[in-house]
Amino acid sequence: MSISSDFPLPPSPKKSSDRPVSSDERRTLLASMLRIRHFEEKIVNAYPEQEMKTPVHLCIGQEAVAAGICAHLRSEDYLATTHRNHGHCLAKGVSPRAMFAEFYGRVTGCCRGKGGSMHLCSPENGVLGTSAIVGGGIPIATGYGMAIHLRGESRMSVGFFGDGASEEGSFHESLNFACLHKLPVLFVCENNSYATNSPIGARQLHPDIFRRASAYGLPAELVDGNDAVEVYRAGRRAVEYVRSGQGPYFLECRTYRFKGHVGPECDWEKGCRPKDELLAWMERCPVATLTNTLLREGEIDQAWLDALAAKDNAEFDEAISFGRSSPFPDPAELTMHVYAEPGQGK
Amino acid sequence: MPWTKILLDPEDVDDLRQSGDYRALTYVEALREAQAQLLENDPRVFLIGQGIDDSTGVFGSTQGLAERFGAKRVMDSPIAENGVTGMVLGAAAAGMRPIYIHHRIDFLPMAMDQIVNHAAKWSYMSGGNACAPLVIRSLIGRGWGSAAQHSQSLYGLFMHVPGLRIVVPASPYDAKGLMFAAVEDPNPVLFVEHRWLYNAKGYVPEQPYTVAFGEAVTRVEGQDVTIVAISQMVHEALKAAKELRTQGISVEVIDPRTISPLDDAAIIDSVAKTGRIVIADTACAIGGASAEIACRIAETIPEKLKAPIKRITFPNCPTPAGPSLEQAYYPGVPDIVRAVREVLDAGSG
Repeated sequence: MSISSDFPLPPSPKKSSDRPVSSDERRTLLASMLRIRHFEEKIVNAYPEQEMKTPVHLCIGQEAVAAGICAHLRSEDYLATTHRNHGHCLAKGVSPRAMFAEFYGRVTGCCRGKGGSMHLCSPENGVLGTSAIVGGGIPIATGYGMAIHLRGESRMSVGFFGDGASEEGSFHESLNFACLHKLPVLFVCENNSYATNSPIGARQLHPDIFRRASAYGLPAELVDGNDAVEVYRAGRRAVEYVRSGQGPYFLECRTYRFKGHVGPECDWEKGCRPKDELLAWMERCPVATLTNTLLREGEIDQAWLDALAAKDNAEFDEAISFGRSSPFPDPAELTMHVYAEPGQGK
Repeated sequence: MPWTKILLDPEDVDDLRQSGDYRALTYVEALREAQAQLLENDPRVFLIGQGIDDSTGVFGSTQGLAERFGAKRVMDSPIAENGVTGMVLGAAAAGMRPIYIHHRIDFLPMAMDQIVNHAAKWSYMSGGNACAPLVIRSLIGRGWGSAAQHSQSLYGLFMHVPGLRIVVPASPYDAKGLMFAAVEDPNPVLFVEHRWLYNAKGYVPEQPYTVAFGEAVTRVEGQDVTIVAISQMVHEALKAAKELRTQGISVEVIDPRTISPLDDAAIIDSVAKTGRIVIADTACAIGGASAEIACRIAETIPEKLKAPIKRITFPNCPTPAGPSLEQAYYPGVPDIVRAVREVLDAGSG
């Protein structure tokens, strides 16, 4: 018996054959990123009132990943995200009213006030619950893929997670299994290079998470996560590959969060990371970069941006007042839903 | 009622078989039949677990199922307990009805994160908008030097966690009926089997049926002392009851069948009648099922107790390997008989 490996290497992504990204697509992409930015800024403004009693993990600075990937998804596709989930959920279609009401702990929230910011759930948009344990959602995304595979459906599953999650066993267990059974799962590692306040260099010797992923036998790409159009292209390649039934796909999107790990403030003042590093990344803001490109190319103008901001602000202001004016759950709800009822979750 | 009986002597089964409408299966046959019927009748059901499709088939409990239903529905698994638990959770939330099978309960701590932090809370965290209807089968057992990492009895750990169901069938009838109930239930269910019961025979109808969660069964009726016994200890308790009957002591044996939910009413009613309680668990005592049962009795009907509550459990130490220490570790009939005599003596003193 030969002990040499004849295991085929994963196919390398063919970027050269990519279709161009149209002007409409780029405008929609920017609008999606701006929507997330505006949403998160509403939280920054409202949070000091201390009415929103939930730990918020903002994704300001990372919008390109959520917008660039979710642009290719359908509402029936499953999505597993993390504690830093607002961008993914918005881009997947979750209602801002249900989100804000949830942040305010109201019964009209997407989890009836039981989940808070970290555990958003919207089955009609394929978000069947959210884990806030690092690495917890990766096997769950894989399990969604297993269900799709077993039923022979055409939808797919996407799992978002951070660089810290790649250190968990669940990351490796999930990639191995998804490759073994060729499950329709897109794994998206949003590498913002910090796990809470620990920089990646203090946690991993080898900086390339995508290379580790590719060892399991799936195509894996490194993507500039602050270049929205690049993420969009990579997302399209990945989604088309997964939908074609060839198996899972992996994207490592390098990006950076502008706020602290949790809460509406920045954290460099507290010594959590170097100010210069933050400023350098803010120079590469994905929203500003695409905005400036489209302005320069004449694809949008200031009026377009103002109208978009006005629309988002009106929508989110209404959503916030809906949340704040909604009732809290009845105290009797405290011990409801510990056990599911027959027919639940359908 | 044939299903309330646990037949200790194989001859009893043969007698009943000859008498007519009595279909006897072993516990392992009942488990296998239940899973086969579930696979046959419900396209959402699939089995997964390390080695479940090999020729030994998890001590026979899955033997032949892979051949019959194919590798997609009876799936071998990598040794990745936490990851695969998360995957079956995902599949369950997305509408499937997975049964994840472990040869030993000792492997569940590898999956603690997905069981405790995820599956148990999936319904609650979502405010009832999602659920995790998965079944995790695992075995407890004893003997042959299996030692500290292959013969633990950890179900009590999970009683502490809201959101989980825990079933501990002691008879073939319950093994099949609880399996159907577990798959039907929209919650994560830990299905805990005792290896020593695998060859126990008993009445098992061929048609699918469910045994409701939270409904204890009185295995033997009696007046003097109540024994609440769990899993394999039901059999030890029945033998003890038989022996005590010859000495004129009337013992009532209650098998809770599920410990989460626990049928408080059945236990309380019996203890209210007898005034004396021995709890026989096949696990360590501290913080476990026996402690919880004792607590509920003490909280509810302290005035009815004619003697202090007595527990028969493993000592508070890991399982040893060698046969002499192992023998000292496991309680059995003599310990239960002694405990019953002690609560009777304490009550009359």
